[in-house]
Amino acid sequence: MNLLMMFVAAIFVQNYVLYYFLGICPFLGVSKKIDSAVSMGMAVTFVMTITAVVSWMINHWILIPYKLDYLQIVAFILVIASLVQLVEMFIRKISPPLYQALGIYLPLITTNCAIMGLALLASLKNFSFLETVIYGTGSGLGFTLAIVLMAGIREQLDLADVPEPLKGAGIALIVAGIMALAFTGFSGMIN
Amino acid sequence: MDVLLPILTMAVLGFLFSVGLAVAYQKLKVEEDPRMVAVSESLPQANCGACGYSGCRAFAEKVIKGDAPANGCPVGGSETAARIADILGVEAGEMVRRVARLHCRGDREAAKNRGRYLGLTTCYASHLVGGNKQCSYGCLGFGDCVRVCLFDALHMDENGLPVVNEDNCTACGMCVDACPRNLFELHPIDQNVLVYCRSLDRGPAAKKACKNACIACGICSRACPEGIEIKDNLAIIRDYKKIEPEQIPALEKCPTDSIGRFHKSDEG
Repeated sequence: MNLLMMFVAAIFVQNYVLYYFLGICPFLGVSKKIDSAVSMGMAVTFVMTITAVVSWMINHWILIPYKLDYLQIVAFILVIASLVQLVEMFIRKISPPLYQALGIYLPLITTNCAIMGLALLASLKNFSFLETVIYGTGSGLGFTLAIVLMAGIREQLDLADVPEPLKGAGIALIVAGIMALAFTGFSGMIN
Repeated sequence: MDVLLPILTMAVLGFLFSVGLAVAYQKLKVEEDPRMVAVSESLPQANCGACGYSGCRAFAEKVIKGDAPANGCPVGGSETAARIADILGVEAGEMVRRVARLHCRGDREAAKNRGRYLGLTTCYASHLVGGNKQCSYGCLGFGDCVRVCLFDALHMDENGLPVVNEDNCTACGMCVDACPRNLFELHPIDQNVLVYCRSLDRGPAAKKACKNACIACGICSRACPEGIEIKDNLAIIRDYKKIEPEQIPALEKCPTDSIGRFHKSDEG
């Protein structure tokens, strides 16, 4: 039950984009079309889950036993960078159009603070292995949810009569703000 | 030891990850046609879409498949075409440069004015109220085309007609779109015969409005029935390649000087 709670909380309540304000760059950059937003969400979910697992292993099997936890950030960057490279090669092999659509934002997952934040938060909260896996997947799905919702809204916005000064990034940021407000409504679900 | 341990740990971790990536790279390597890279490199990479495909990459794919001609990139010109043809081992095909040409000779001396035009000094505004000249097909002379030209290929001459500097013209088509009377057309640079009129008025009316108007007398179409025809009171060049060089002097008998050799310097 606790795990389920945690999963739901990672998706809705402590959503990485709308609660922690992490990973805003792809959230605004790849949210113009729903299909590329879904793919981006999948890629981030994959990287988040594997990062959570691998960084937990490194943290608990190497860094903590040898009292090297000050190396956390460097070690996690290593994990994330390698994983993103892997995902990039994979997507390029499977779907070149998707590779083109994600463009620069794919390698930029490396520097996506949501993923670094996940690895660091998971170690800060002292999660067990299973909790880390659930937390990683949930956070990734939360990111996917946020970016897909945003893409849906922005596809509608393309047809709307937006005032001249707010066109483009302006209205996108306003929408993001309103979405974040809406998501605070979930905060009563857990303590 | 305290220093060595972190260094060693990171080195081992880094080594493990790089081995993993190297293995993954071998498994997931994308075989790309080497011609694809070569063709892409010889394209301008402007992704302008002038070839009719969605970008340089799409064009390169089509060229390699053989669906697009090697000279399909108008921006790169014949140089790019030759390079692509070289890579693919096909004929480049001839690529004739095109230039914009004005189909009017109704300058201030030749064309009569309807009255005094005091409105906005743009062709577009003048055209909205029917123009300042008697001829309702001819050049209005306010230079909308000169203003849109990005390549410094157009200027107004002393008689109020735009002149194309063919060395600078890139056939971008801005002037073609800008002219409210549609007097510009893009022609292959080797086309040397041109009808300098777009007037569909009947002969006497056309002649009254402008000394250089085509009156559809038919001298040119009789001299060269293959290449020139008269349609709607106007001579039209159907196919300039069918006009033989020895027929050109006959065209210059045009009573209103509205058809003729393009480069006056070619004469003689």
